[in-house]
Amino acid sequence: TNAMALVFEVLGRFNRARAARLTLPHHVCQTPLFMPVGTQGTIKGLTNSQLEDIGCQIILGNTYHLALRPTSELLDEVGGLHNFMNWQRGLLTDSGGFQMVSLLHLADITEKGVTFQSPVDGKPMLLTPEESIQIQNRIGADIIMALDDVVKTTITGPRVEEAMYRTLRWIDRCIAAHKRPHDQNLFGIVQGGLDPILRDICAKGLVDRNLPGYAIGGLSGGEDKNSFWRVVAQCTAALPEDKPRYVMGVGYPLDIVVCSALGADMYDCVYPTRTARFGTALIPEGVLKLKHKAMAEDTRPIDPTCPCMVCKNYTRAYIHCLVTKDAMGSQLLSYHNLYYMLQLSRNLHSSIVEGRFPEFVCDFLHKMVCSRKSPGP
Amino acid sequence: MQMKFMVKKACCSGGRAGALELGNCPKPIETPALLLSTRKGLPHFIAPDLLPSLPFPDSHLLQISPLHFLEGLASTTISKIGGLHQMLSLHQYGIAAVARDSIQCLPESKGATKLGPSFETPCGRLSVKPKDYVEMISCMRPNIWATLADEVPAWVSEKRNKTSVDRTVRWLDDCLALNPAAGSVFGAIVGGPNLDERKRCAVEVAKRNVSGYWIGGFGLGERIEERPALLSAIIDVLPDEKPRMISGLGLPEEILEGIDAGIDLFDSTYIYSLTLGGFALTFSLDKGGNQYDFQRCQVERDLTKINLRAKVYRKDMSPILGNCTCYTCQNHTKAYINHLFNVHEMLAQTLLEMEAIKDGRFKKFRMTFIESRRVHQETEAVCV
Ligand SMILES: [Zn+2]
Ligand SMILES: [Zn+2]
Repeated sequence: TNAMALVFEVLGRFNRARAARLTLPHHVCQTPLFMPVGTQGTIKGLTNSQLEDIGCQIILGNTYHLALRPTSELLDEVGGLHNFMNWQRGLLTDSGGFQMVSLLHLADITEKGVTFQSPVDGKPMLLTPEESIQIQNRIGADIIMALDDVVKTTITGPRVEEAMYRTLRWIDRCIAAHKRPHDQNLFGIVQGGLDPILRDICAKGLVDRNLPGYAIGGLSGGEDKNSFWRVVAQCTAALPEDKPRYVMGVGYPLDIVVCSALGADMYDCVYPTRTARFGTALIPEGVLKLKHKAMAEDTRPIDPTCPCMVCKNYTRAYIHCLVTKDAMGSQLLSYHNLYYMLQLSRNLHSSIVEGRFPEFVCDFLHKMVCSRKSPGP
Repeated sequence: MQMKFMVKKACCSGGRAGALELGNCPKPIETPALLLSTRKGLPHFIAPDLLPSLPFPDSHLLQISPLHFLEGLASTTISKIGGLHQMLSLHQYGIAAVARDSIQCLPESKGATKLGPSFETPCGRLSVKPKDYVEMISCMRPNIWATLADEVPAWVSEKRNKTSVDRTVRWLDDCLALNPAAGSVFGAIVGGPNLDERKRCAVEVAKRNVSGYWIGGFGLGERIEERPALLSAIIDVLPDEKPRMISGLGLPEEILEGIDAGIDLFDSTYIYSLTLGGFALTFSLDKGGNQYDFQRCQVERDLTKINLRAKVYRKDMSPILGNCTCYTCQNHTKAYINHLFNVHEMLAQTLLEMEAIKDGRFKKFRMTFIESRRVHQETEAVCV
């Protein structure tokens, strides 16, 4: 059997939902968990001590960006990304492929790998599955992701099938290239678009490879909610009970609650920090737009029920006067939004362990849905 | 929340060490002290939950420009929230309000009229009348506030400079007549590069019932060499028992000069500009407290700061200062901060600002001052 650098222990269940302890080389995590995205080895002005304070367990780093700066060779030389950013807890890196395809215009996928134009000198470059793994081995995260062939869920036809089979062929190249299976966990990614047959073939193929964990990829690309949830439900059912399941690029609080009910464990998304930059706060009722004029005289905290540093100390009026004009505005909003997501993860975990998951979900949905009807900012 | 000020030690040169007590601060603030410059009340890059990790007392006095809040927040709302301390959740911090901030809110002498000064700000040019200003102050309730000044650059005519003194004194009277309930009033002193006008202004302000003095009109084109004479012309006529605050001095050597002249409180725009530029302050005392590299006459800029954007730090896994106890030096390396600058991440500034405010940095000024005075008296002419 393959080497694993993690232990996944289910502590509680409610139907398909589960709460678990995920022991990684650098941190013991509780699932369901949300991973903030720290593209360049930092999360939007927050210090490590702040991230620890709000309960961040795993930070996601983007391989593509890190390989450009400070480069994976430098990271390797200084003892890996953990050492470089002095982050003692978990780290996960993506394969770099998705970022290339989505950020660079001239990316092209062939059997060899992802061909792209170098943003440095414009020359054609190739990222192969082997190379992606080598780079991630040098960065040294607790969890690394296989290079996959991603297609948008809105695309149909033979391309989806091709991408799924290629993803399966590439996983063997990734496994063969992986030099640190005892320190780093390689996750395979289930592809197959919205086609249940393709998803099934892919999931079975990956399970046969006995990987430390599995991701559900290719979602959040503009598909409708019903298709999204159906694919997640199908994949979680097909994946082993004793391995973590990661839904990539998700997301919205509601999606996280639903996916957790369907048996998923891990999530990542730039949404909480990105939306903070535009002056939006996440609250139990949905969102609060701090830029709105009505906020200028609102002396309440962002969320009166939130115990975070920002809500304990500041009024909507003050944040209104900071947002979008001052760096501190998005820093404070990012802090609150990440707190909200991490608190949501903790609540999911404890409600499952304590056997009150249905009540928690009802309460969550009730607040979110009722507020949709009420007007206001 | 009455302010109390005590001079604990004074030197023949005029320099002095003291303590400033503010009702809400747990401990007296030792002077000379640096005021943290802020944007809308918070340090530029340091989130409020990180403030307590900064050392006492240099980080416990904030300088705030009331004009910043004109961008989107009504004074009445600040009042409704309960004033600045409450709004910023900085209950144990001292807050000093000065209209000018030396970074983004600069006096624009051409726009000033007899009714009030004018400032160039991120939200355009703002004219402020004493009545409006006192109203803002009453809503914001800072511990200390400076009255409005007609600050003019060094190159204006004698006549314009004279007018600026007349206006500044009149606006002081206007402010006092409005009798605001909040905070301790620091009377503004101007007079540009003219010794007689500086003195005239100081004499007039010293006659008024104020708790301290705010010296403006520096850093506006005057020659560095004329500064000591101008400072002593002002300080000579001010009573010893009241604190003196100054704006517009930036470099460490300028601040040392101010300390020598008897200034108690300084703004810290130097730290802000260093931080933005990617510089870290690196001068340090040895364990015995000897400022071997920091005699006033030996201040060499190249030895006191480094530029973390420089390529040589790309792989430098050592902290900015090996023996430094600040958050940044305890947790991060030069290589990491260099990377954050390269990828334009805000955390770079956060870490550098925290490092610059770190304890000792300014204490060193204070110690250097006390120490160099002693050396000065013993050997007469070490630092000329
Ligand atoms: Zn909050
Ligand atoms: Zn330091």
